[in-house]
Amino acid sequence: MQANAPTASQAMDPMVLMAALYVFALAAFLGYQVISRVPPLLHTPLMSATNAISGISLVGSLVIAGAYEFDYHKLIVGGPQSRASIVTIMGFVAVFTATVNVVSGFGLTDRMLKMFRKDVKGKEAHK
Amino acid sequence: MDPSQTVQHLAAHPNYILEFTYLIAAILFVFGLKALSHPDTARRGMFLAEGGMAAAIIGTLFHQDIHFFGWIIAGLILGSLVGAAFAIWVPMTAMPQRTALSHAFGAVAAALVGIAEFVMHAGTMTLFTRSALGLEVMLGTLTTTGSLIAAGKLQDVIRGTPIQFKGQQYVNLLIFLGMVGCFGYSLYDPSATAFFFGMVALGLLFGVMLVIPIGSADMPVVMSLLNSYAGLSSAATGFVLGNNVLIIAGTLDGFSGLILSVLMCKAMNRSITNVLFGGFGAVQAASTAGAQGVMREIKLDDAAVQLRYASKVVFVPGYGLATAQAQHAVRELANALEGFGVTVKYGIHPVAGRMPGHMNVLLAEANVPYSELIEMEQINPELPTTDVAVVVGANDVVNPDARDNPTSPIAGMPIIEVDRARSVIVLKRGQGRGFSGLENPLFFKPVTHMLYGDAKATLTALTQAVQNV
Repeated sequence: MQANAPTASQAMDPMVLMAALYVFALAAFLGYQVISRVPPLLHTPLMSATNAISGISLVGSLVIAGAYEFDYHKLIVGGPQSRASIVTIMGFVAVFTATVNVVSGFGLTDRMLKMFRKDVKGKEAHK
Repeated sequence: MDPSQTVQHLAAHPNYILEFTYLIAAILFVFGLKALSHPDTARRGMFLAEGGMAAAIIGTLFHQDIHFFGWIIAGLILGSLVGAAFAIWVPMTAMPQRTALSHAFGAVAAALVGIAEFVMHAGTMTLFTRSALGLEVMLGTLTTTGSLIAAGKLQDVIRGTPIQFKGQQYVNLLIFLGMVGCFGYSLYDPSATAFFFGMVALGLLFGVMLVIPIGSADMPVVMSLLNSYAGLSSAATGFVLGNNVLIIAGTLDGFSGLILSVLMCKAMNRSITNVLFGGFGAVQAASTAGAQGVMREIKLDDAAVQLRYASKVVFVPGYGLATAQAQHAVRELANALEGFGVTVKYGIHPVAGRMPGHMNVLLAEANVPYSELIEMEQINPELPTTDVAVVVGANDVVNPDARDNPTSPIAGMPIIEVDRARSVIVLKRGQGRGFSGLENPLFFKPVTHMLYGDAKATLTALTQAVQNV
């Protein structure tokens, strides 16, 4: 811990905070409007798609994984010195899991959506 | 602020291009989800969302705080490989497990980012940021273990029936209060790291405890709820990092899960608290005395004749369709029937299967056009004019007790009223009860005939028989 006493140095500007809350409120409203129009037919792809989209948390993971220097020797020593390395590994795991979600989420969504067709294909063969 | 100052301000802020990329990504995400309102536009919309995602990720690689790329590249490559493997090889029948697992993965990422932020910056965070961080980590940890348990149950690694013990609810309440207490104290004193990590441990434990008492039949609700938690956890990450695209994407995900949870609960006529704390398996003993009688079996050839000379046949699939992997076999039979001029439709109950929309995906995989996949509300009025309703591996969703017997544990749950059809054929593995353990009076009704055996084998044999009639 760099400083134990809470300081205001990184404090979120109250206006920025308010803006973030506005973003949240509007996104909630928008989400409700958009998602309640998705038919039950597509609920599985919807879940898969929103999963992939929330994999955007990857952008946070990337910064964690790349912000600090990883030093194997410091990691072995332990204590406060090892902190940056531990955090880097946590970032790495987060990048991994979020990437899996993004890639498999979009991939599977597309695979599923490809299967939904209106026309009756291959029916003639049975006639 | 005069214009020249604005320019200086932007120039001094190297991330503004990145922020703009995030804005574009957020807009594309919304367009992508909007396109999901129709199957014809859905794929195109997803391409937009993918573009937004790619832009946001590539843009982030230029983030001013990123100095080391080794672990990032390793994570991206490994993640892409595993993700691509999932995307290519996961069978449609395993979608529920895969989705549960992806909720866990999303939650792990959010929890780890939160913990890392706490380790590096807790001392300099405002009270608000620490609150958001606490929420992020609590939701993240409990979703991680909860989703893993759900995935285990769906994959049959863990017993699918509810795991319950005496005083469970009090134990859960205690764990929950402990978790929130640790959260509260670490808000008050951020240097007390033991409390923060206590919260992490209790969050992990709470996730396990929350999901083990829930039976597999209630999984659609649990999956939706975990979806919602994973999303909200991402949104909280956005508040911690001051990142709007995270807030937007997380909130969209969270609300999508919430809306699905509510829909699933409505489709079972139960409240979310009832699903979470009701312990569905526990009430079965009370109502088993209800339906009695004889189940009439039907010969394969007789069933084939019935189907062949029907003018309208409605298939009602349930989870048994997935376990027997019988979706293609159903389609074969339907094709054969349609060849004889029979009108074929599929009645889809919202909670049939283990996740929202499960049956639709399976049948779409088997090449059933979506115009034949009919929702419960639309198919019910058609059933009285239906000659044969074929129930394939469904039980509770066609149980007339839900409608007729107010003392039934599933009383009030909307059902597909196959018993109103002129004739019903039930494909069933054996004479045992369904997953929920409830007796189903449908099986004893005069219109109903049972056809025992593995659904896939039976359907294939039926197709043969229909063609030889």
